[in-house]
Amino acid sequence: MLKAVQVVAVGATKMLKPLLLVLAFLFALQSLPLPAAVLPEQAVEFLYHRYDQDGQLIDGPAVLVRKNFDSTFSLSGEYLVDTVSGASIDVVSTASEYEEERIQQTVAMDYLTGKSILSLSYSNSEENDYEANSLSFNISQDFFGDLTTITMGYTKGWDEVGRVGDDTFSEEIDRQHYRLGLSQVLTKNALVNLDFEAITDEGFLNNAYRQVRFVSDGVRGYDFQAEQYPNTHTSRAVALRGMYYLPYRAAIRAEYRYFNDSWGVRADQYEIAYIHPAFEHWIFELKYRAYSQTKADFYNDLFPYQDAQNFLARDKELSTFQTQTLGLGVTFEFEPTSIPLIEKGQINLFLDYLKFEYEDFRDISQEGYQAGEEPLYEFDALVGRFFVKLEY
Amino acid sequence: MKYLKILLPWMLLLAMTGCGEIKPWVKPYERDNLADPIMSFGRLGIANAYMHHMYQSREGARGAEGGSGGGCGCN
Repeated sequence: MLKAVQVVAVGATKMLKPLLLVLAFLFALQSLPLPAAVLPEQAVEFLYHRYDQDGQLIDGPAVLVRKNFDSTFSLSGEYLVDTVSGASIDVVSTASEYEEERIQQTVAMDYLTGKSILSLSYSNSEENDYEANSLSFNISQDFFGDLTTITMGYTKGWDEVGRVGDDTFSEEIDRQHYRLGLSQVLTKNALVNLDFEAITDEGFLNNAYRQVRFVSDGVRGYDFQAEQYPNTHTSRAVALRGMYYLPYRAAIRAEYRYFNDSWGVRADQYEIAYIHPAFEHWIFELKYRAYSQTKADFYNDLFPYQDAQNFLARDKELSTFQTQTLGLGVTFEFEPTSIPLIEKGQINLFLDYLKFEYEDFRDISQEGYQAGEEPLYEFDALVGRFFVKLEY
Repeated sequence: MKYLKILLPWMLLLAMTGCGEIKPWVKPYERDNLADPIMSFGRLGIANAYMHHMYQSREGARGAEGGSGGGCGCN
């Protein structure tokens, strides 16, 4: 009985910790002089997104509507659809192609009080074998003559994992995010953001279908078994971003992000962008992004034998690889006089070319090679975004 | 508990800022450039959020994608 009480007490303390953090933060705010920050604009956003890779197409629309009330309260709703057709290399290697749809719905509200914005949102994402839910709380506060903004956030997520064709299969994941951000105006032409986020997951973290391969006496020289991940995962990411306004009307954006996790993955990401307005209503953007990561401790492209270790992964997202992205975008801004209610709008077209190069993930769809000597896998993809925003 | 240790000093800092006054070194009338939409980290709204999701489902890294927002104090 005593043990049960202790377990409940420990559980309650864990649940209360985020709440106590928020209360402590709100208490701290009371000591500050408070007048004026601003809510995001009241607007309708429409996006058509398209990810096109050899054999795999993911596309769909997304819509966001935001309505502000009395300049202190804002409500928004978002609806996003991903339609997946074809299959990635993991699935091509071990299963048949498929088609499925993911629908994500989010409702959010923002409350402005003095120089603070408190935000609460709930999101649900559903596909035929996976459901993800998350509840987020964020608070941001301007300081020092509005030159500094500090943000804090907490998200609680709970997922349900299923498996197509197996009604008895049902697993769960609990997820928590802790966010801290600092945004700082440095000069009249420069500002920086520093963001930190820690994420912890617990539950069924491997894929319900994906398999690893191991050396065997079979015809191919290898065979498959189900992957097996640890049931806990903790990651930390920190990002530094800067924007600089050039002597003429143009801007440079630069970013560095560092990531590591309890599975041994370490990643570095660099991004630089040049944003150049021209011809009165147009903005052009050119972007380059480089990403590299090391593999997870329990990743192997080809294990030496079956059940070679406790944890087994052959997910290419946990392998050693580099990604490069080259992006181009154009924005047309307008202030329509003939369309009632619409104050201003923008139409955007963005294209990103991505190249993924793996260092220890082999393309086993290639035939005529010894096990473990297949060519290393690589692929490229084109991502298109058509985005319209209308402020009303 | 580990993250609480990280967050507590920030909260103390926030509480202490009420005790002193720091004069802004970039005056409100000097913030035209910062207020320009091209200086916004999130000018593409849900189109930016989509890219974060796209990368997150293909790369091992996750978190700190941005969206802390604010900062220019221009509004």
